[in-house]
Amino acid sequence: MTAVAEHPPVDQTDADPALRVQDLTVDIRTIAGTVRAVDHVTFAARSGETLALLGESGCGKSMTATALVGLLEPVAQVVDGSARIGDTDLITADRKKRRAMAGPELAIVFQDALTALNPLYTVGTQLAEPFRIHHGLKAKEAKRRAMELMTRVGIPQPEERMKAYPHQFSGGMRQRLLIAMAVALNPKVLIADEPTTALDVTVQAQIMALLKSLRTEYDMAVVLITHDLALVAEEADRVAVMYAGSIVETGSVTEVFGDPKHPYTKGLLDSVPVDAVRGAELKSIGGSPPDLHSIPAGCVYQDRCPLVRDICRSTRPGLQDVGSRRKSACHFPGEVSNV
Amino acid sequence: MTQLDLVPVKPTTAIVSEPVGRKASGRSVWFRMLVNDRVAAVAATVLGVVALTALFGPMLVGDLATDIDLDNSNQAPFTLAHGWANVLGTDPLGRSMLARLVVACQTTLSVAIPAVVISAVIGSVIGMWAGYYRGWRETLAMRVADVIMSFPSLLLAVVVLYVFSPSAANIVVVLAITRIPVYLRTARAESAELATRVFVDAARTFGASGTSIITRHVLPIVLPTLLTVATLDFCYVMLAESSLSFLGIGIQPPDVSWGLMVAQGRTYLHTAWWLSFLPGLAIVITTVSATILAAWARIATDPAQRWRLTVPQKRLSRFAKTGKAL
Repeated sequence: MTAVAEHPPVDQTDADPALRVQDLTVDIRTIAGTVRAVDHVTFAARSGETLALLGESGCGKSMTATALVGLLEPVAQVVDGSARIGDTDLITADRKKRRAMAGPELAIVFQDALTALNPLYTVGTQLAEPFRIHHGLKAKEAKRRAMELMTRVGIPQPEERMKAYPHQFSGGMRQRLLIAMAVALNPKVLIADEPTTALDVTVQAQIMALLKSLRTEYDMAVVLITHDLALVAEEADRVAVMYAGSIVETGSVTEVFGDPKHPYTKGLLDSVPVDAVRGAELKSIGGSPPDLHSIPAGCVYQDRCPLVRDICRSTRPGLQDVGSRRKSACHFPGEVSNV
Repeated sequence: MTQLDLVPVKPTTAIVSEPVGRKASGRSVWFRMLVNDRVAAVAATVLGVVALTALFGPMLVGDLATDIDLDNSNQAPFTLAHGWANVLGTDPLGRSMLARLVVACQTTLSVAIPAVVISAVIGSVIGMWAGYYRGWRETLAMRVADVIMSFPSLLLAVVVLYVFSPSAANIVVVLAITRIPVYLRTARAESAELATRVFVDAARTFGASGTSIITRHVLPIVLPTLLTVATLDFCYVMLAESSLSFLGIGIQPPDVSWGLMVAQGRTYLHTAWWLSFLPGLAIVITTVSATILAAWARIATDPAQRWRLTVPQKRLSRFAKTGKAL
């Protein structure tokens, strides 16, 4: 496809990222026609770093994660692109190869920990499962490893809690269990799909601290999928902002949040009520995201953009360098700060 | 270690703990849960007695079931006037009802249990496989099930048993085949729903194979449902066997089954009600017990529901009445 040439890799300077996603494109077939849920998404995540995939709901960030871990529903299909861990492309790898990679190479932490654990098994049995599958360990040895994991993720009295069932844990503890299961096989890449959305703020901080320390310990690349700007600001090193299935801006969190080069990022940041006056109207981005059935020809953000010109209506801007290791998909990145 | 070290660490979040299972072995926990639910305990006892009767009863009664005594025909039950053996009355040929019920118990169970087990195992395995993978496997399995179901199962049995000789083994095979779709459809529906659950996705994200997911994540959840279906089907199979016996293509005399006894006694309903009533009662008691035990097993195998069997029944009912949380 021609699109490959349009979107060079995010980090050309970066020789060997743990996960390199290039032009990932996912189509969903619906009765009303084919919808492009993820449109030539390109990003890279390096070991020991957290990359945040930021976007509002429906922008395709979870679909990207689902495509990476190979859990797409049959109606959705990866039609283009690659996602490489080492030399292996997750998209084209056969089922056997994928299964071998699932766990030791790539793992995912789901959002809702209660549904992600089988209600019929004790957590000890479930935590032992990755070891059983990949290392062929006997039940006893696998359980011992599971107990170590529980200790590592900070579950008190692991020996007793091993025999408890998921419904007997609190939400935060369940999320810890899920993280433990994901990091069990020491993955190179860990995808965290809104891991703290269902938790309260204190527990959220604990979970994020745990993820951070595990990331350092195992030297993982963490892909944090979230809609929470504050979380990104605190936890992520780099950020890729998604809008309507495309990445509109990438770069280090400090740079992107400090000086956004895409009007959508700017709009998002402006709608955070930092020093809003009581009674004054809160800022928001006017309009709503485009219907994926009818994405306009030019820029995906054209209908809500204050900078929109004729060229935005006709030509889709590709991700262009706007600084060192920074990219923006805007025709006028220099003017964003004037908005 | 000092005393201070022994002070348990206060958990940072609330953890509901049950002391069960720490010291008590698994078997005694199950036993306690069964004793706690008295109705289920009675049902289990009844089933135990039925099973023992089927195993050892025919040996004990010997030839009593076939000994004809025309002087004592159609004697009423519940009197010792005609001896212990005839306490449940006699049939038109003067044979002991008690002995015949005992012998029939073995025949009945040896047809019903294999038929139910075979159809349940085959139907469930194919159903779970079809439901988990969907696609052509599902289409194939469901169409085959539709074909089997489009024949009334009794009619199919009649046709097959007229063609082949009506032996116990043939009855089992025919009944098993005709009942497969029941399990197949149930297992497929549940398995298809389970395949979309997040914990199945989670298992896939750390490399579990399809077979391993079906055995470890699908089967344990579908099993209680299938068990309930199987106990209900158990009565159906017993009645189907009795219908076949009634038509003369089921169990062949001098063998006897409960169903056959009901059928044979029908002509005497006005004069000797016990001929049909007692074997009918045996069928009802057995199936009701099986159903109750299946309902108990459903709760006992669900970790989130299991507590209902560990608290005193009285408390449970009060809980239900006031609707207050514990």
